[in-house]
Amino acid sequence: MTDVPAVVPAKPDTSGRSQWWDVWDQFKTHKGALFGAAVFLFIVLAVTIGPLLWPLEPTYIDIRSRNIGPSMAHPFGTDQLGRDILARMMAGGQVSIAVGLTAMLISVVLGAFIGVVAGFFRRLDGFLMGLTNLFLALPLLPLLLVMVMLFRETLARSFGPEMGTFILIVSAIGITSWMQTARIVRGEVLALKEREFVLAARSIGTPSRRMIIRHILPNVLSPIMVSATLGIATAIITESALSFLGLGFPPDFPTWGRLLFDAIDYLQQYPERVFWPGLAISLTVLSVNYIGDGLRDALDPRIRGR
Amino acid sequence: MLTFIIRRLLTAIPTLVLISLIIFLLLDLAPGDPLADQPLSIPPEVRQKMRDALGLDSPAYIRYLLWAKQFFWVEPLYFIDWLVGTNFADGMQRIVSWQFRAPVFDIIVQRVPQTLWVVGLAYLVGVMIALPIGIISAYKQYSWFDQVGTFVSMIGFSVPPFFSGVLMIVFFAIMLPWFPSIYDTTLVVNDFESLGQQIRQMTLPVMVLALQTTAQLSRFMRASMLDNLNHDYVRTARAKGMTEKVVVLVHVLRNSLIPVVTVIALGIPSIFGGAIITEQIFKVNGLGQLLITAIYANDLPMVQTLAFIFAVLIVACNLIADMLYGLLDPRIRYD
Repeated sequence: MTDVPAVVPAKPDTSGRSQWWDVWDQFKTHKGALFGAAVFLFIVLAVTIGPLLWPLEPTYIDIRSRNIGPSMAHPFGTDQLGRDILARMMAGGQVSIAVGLTAMLISVVLGAFIGVVAGFFRRLDGFLMGLTNLFLALPLLPLLLVMVMLFRETLARSFGPEMGTFILIVSAIGITSWMQTARIVRGEVLALKEREFVLAARSIGTPSRRMIIRHILPNVLSPIMVSATLGIATAIITESALSFLGLGFPPDFPTWGRLLFDAIDYLQQYPERVFWPGLAISLTVLSVNYIGDGLRDALDPRIRGR
Repeated sequence: MLTFIIRRLLTAIPTLVLISLIIFLLLDLAPGDPLADQPLSIPPEVRQKMRDALGLDSPAYIRYLLWAKQFFWVEPLYFIDWLVGTNFADGMQRIVSWQFRAPVFDIIVQRVPQTLWVVGLAYLVGVMIALPIGIISAYKQYSWFDQVGTFVSMIGFSVPPFFSGVLMIVFFAIMLPWFPSIYDTTLVVNDFESLGQQIRQMTLPVMVLALQTTAQLSRFMRASMLDNLNHDYVRTARAKGMTEKVVVLVHVLRNSLIPVVTVIALGIPSIFGGAIITEQIFKVNGLGQLLITAIYANDLPMVQTLAFIFAVLIVACNLIADMLYGLLDPRIRYD
């Protein structure tokens, strides 16, 4: 502790270094988060770029080479119809991650909106928090199952089986998972409203709309971002659970949950087939959870820079 | 405290009514027809009579009120009759399942023991494992035990039950044929051999469910212990010359258990929800499996009643958690 360098006088910030560089610096120190980010990036790249490089189609049926084990031509083997499992895994990953991201977006936008409005306008607070508590008391998984069961046919007719199911599942997951975000955001907004800069902004006559966009939203961005990351994980798990119960996407449209569900029928003969989709789901969720952990530390200015 | 409980109970009533209405309205949109599986040879006028008997053509609010009357009035009366042997409920129409052609509650009563045995035991096991893990990882923060604990609970968070359950079947039922992969409900426990069989068939589902409980609770216990370990009263207790064991296991543990107990209470309904998937994997015919089959079979009275029972569980456990918090922590006074 003796060779502490002399305090450098604070230079005027000319490098264009924003707070996001500080966040990144703190994020880098969290080994698990960095590793999780690398794994997540790898999975996303594998499912987006992978199909372009891999010649086999996920729906191509080659009945003569069915049920073969891992080989050079089929690294993960083939299924009961001779479809290449690697290609199906990549196609399934695209859907699973797309569902995760979209459902997270819906739930975060909804949660942040309700949280900010409830925290900012005292008149709406009672009603909106009552609504949040009501949603928290609903048995969500049964209701999700019922919703999917009821609206699948209708939406499939108007948007086609794949797109209809996608819209249905994404919106069903979105509107049943916004409550935690809303509660956290409301708490933050309530605390922010007592701060001097809000008072200052109000004293110069800032209208509510600009107040929310300019002053409130940027300050509640970090809890929103953390719950967004964790939201991806829950959305992917929920979609897989629905597919696993047979209420997800149609059979010829693979997702990771669907592949796992299909592999269960061959559990006795080919137990390795359940392994790949399950591993993909778990790895994605694990990496996203670690990213969320690191992000929480990195976005907290009290921890950052220590 | 009493006024608080009464106030909470009174606010719980409109919440529950609203929830039952939401579930009813959602199910009311269902396209299926409960008479669709009846033979086509039934004459139309008979079919119409059957529809009338089921009350299908009456407006939605009448059907809702009818269900509410059956749920809140007729079924409790039946329960009292069964309990004391009176006959208040004679001639009253109970909630009848379209799928089983039998009263919904009779079927639920048949299914509850399996769910309670498997899910309840799993929750108990999870709590028993989680608490010591949380205590040790907090006391030895950043030790290898803590690191391993963190990692294992991260895995418990991330591996969904439909994967961990299937993995357990692959390892412990197929590769090593130690445990059966299917839960046999017809097994009658009357001697040591069948008791062993019962324990073996419960092991896998209990392990899957307990992993999830452990992952969440041990993290929570650790955080709560860490919070308390830095308080002044801990230093005072040590300064008084108390042994480390008494300081940690009596002073700190008691105070850290307060939030953990409420979390345990809050987790009870969610374990019933999460058990739907586990029950499906291991073919335990409990409440979750009943709900799934009812959804597939378009058995609306069953789905409505079960979903509402889950909602009642959630509201009741929230209430219990709040009350426990007030009882255990003298700093919190609701009045």
